[in-house]
Amino acid sequence: MKTDLLPLSQISDALASGGVSPQALLEASLARIRAVDGKLHAFLRLTENEAHAAAKAAAQRRANRKPAGPLDGIPIALKDIYCMEGVETTCGSKILRGYVPPYDATVVRKLKQAGAVIVGKLNMDEFAMGSSTENSAYGPTMNPWDLSRTPGGSSGGSAAAVAARLVAGAFGTDTGGSIRQPAAMVGCVGMKPTYGRVSRYGVIAFASSLDQVGPFAQDVRGVAYLLSAVAGHDENDQTSSRRPVPDYAAALGRDVRGLRLGVPREYFGEGVAPEVEHAVRAGIERLRGLGCEVRDISLPNSPHAIATYYIVATAEASSNLARYDGVRYGYRARAGQLLEMYEKTRAEGFGAEVKRRIMLGTYALSAGYYDAYYLRAQKVRTLIRRDFDQAFATVDAVVSPTSPTTAFRLGEKLDDPLAMYLSDVYTVPVNLAGLPGISVPCGFDSKGLPVGLQLIGKPFDEETLLRMARAAEPAEHRLPPIVEDR
Amino acid sequence: MAIDRAQVRHVARLARLALSPEEEERFAAQLGHVLEYIERLQGVDVSGVEPLTFAGDAVGGIPLREDEPRPSLPRDKVLAQAPQQDGKAFVVPRIIE
Repeated sequence: MKTDLLPLSQISDALASGGVSPQALLEASLARIRAVDGKLHAFLRLTENEAHAAAKAAAQRRANRKPAGPLDGIPIALKDIYCMEGVETTCGSKILRGYVPPYDATVVRKLKQAGAVIVGKLNMDEFAMGSSTENSAYGPTMNPWDLSRTPGGSSGGSAAAVAARLVAGAFGTDTGGSIRQPAAMVGCVGMKPTYGRVSRYGVIAFASSLDQVGPFAQDVRGVAYLLSAVAGHDENDQTSSRRPVPDYAAALGRDVRGLRLGVPREYFGEGVAPEVEHAVRAGIERLRGLGCEVRDISLPNSPHAIATYYIVATAEASSNLARYDGVRYGYRARAGQLLEMYEKTRAEGFGAEVKRRIMLGTYALSAGYYDAYYLRAQKVRTLIRRDFDQAFATVDAVVSPTSPTTAFRLGEKLDDPLAMYLSDVYTVPVNLAGLPGISVPCGFDSKGLPVGLQLIGKPFDEETLLRMARAAEPAEHRLPPIVEDR
Repeated sequence: MAIDRAQVRHVARLARLALSPEEEERFAAQLGHVLEYIERLQGVDVSGVEPLTFAGDAVGGIPLREDEPRPSLPRDKVLAQAPQQDGKAFVVPRIIE
């Protein structure tokens, strides 16, 4: 098999042994993007000049036997929510068309230092609001396994690019499942670290008490490399933790014997597609076979998670998105008066889902409704967090389906916001509780669509989570049909 | 829970969003549908429960950095992104005649 089709950690091994060069990997990535991205639409724009320079510098370091780390020379791409100096960053919105950030996000700065070759910016639901990437102002991304289906969202471009082997790794953001759900829909690994594990400085904000950034790769070891490169304290993000960052890849060497795995009864049965449940249960049996102790647990407040999320997230979004007013950056509508300018700029610049969420959040925070909606939701959020605290007194990780169904068709849920929201029913509680979560592929349904298994960990225990994910991931990586070059 | 068009107009004004009559009608229906779903939270017993406002690392709290002056982005680089500017400041439509 060609090196660029291998999972990220094996590409890294090939770079280390001199079996392939950073420039050859970049050329292969660009050639594949040119060949198939017309059908997929994973990328919003390429950063070819920067990538060529980065690949050349990486090759020099490799030749001098002084690589910056396991990512040195690996082609990756970023969701278009990360500010990158000198590169247009739109967040999937018309209101930021043409915006060129004057600085790098901390994650971007760290990835450049690690030698990663950033190939371009990836499609997403506008302001990360959506579960299908259909809310992008620049058109949807298609699922590499079936072009009539969505890749999930909101980081659908990141997931599709990794699954179609356009890049070895990618970064997304996850506010309610936006990394894990698309990873499940396309059959790759996607991780949301603990709230506070990675800096959000320079990552365009959606809901600040929930937002976290995280990696995608074809394999768990690749995800561990990507996380190690970006985790850690940053004085520009006050919520980032000062805890030391472990070597995540080193944790993968240990087996999972004796680890206790909790199966929450609320995450199975009603609402889950039978084929999804079947594949996830088979994955749990594999973990049991490797020595995990499997226990039934209960997370009784789970049924309240989606309602809680759509109050907390929209309230915070209505505040965060107030900054798009046509004054300092982005789009401005023509208007003679200031108030009219604000209202027209936002009316013309935002898409339907973003407007809906701003409206819902504004309503939930408005006079007379604050206590009944926002304050109550934050109290229910405490109950959801307590459920997990209690579970983690008896188990080391929790396992569930990542999403109740496999990839759905483009347009299928576009006119029914609530149906779209419910595809995040198993991922949202993890954000509300601030926990780390990861989705790993665990099989296919009868249509040949990938199924994802979600593992949820204790705060800042990414190591156990990665160990379990490593044990759960498939030994062989099947290629989607769009990768014709076998 | 039903939400009428007058309420939609009020919230849209608070959010600085100009909505078309079609949007007002559609949002009234869709927001009503979502609010109806959210109503389920009214049945949860939250007596004596503290709100969770921060889900991050409580260890060591969230200290403020030292309040020391440091350079900010250069003015020309920042102004370069503005829809309208005069080299010194952002320019907006006239507020006072």
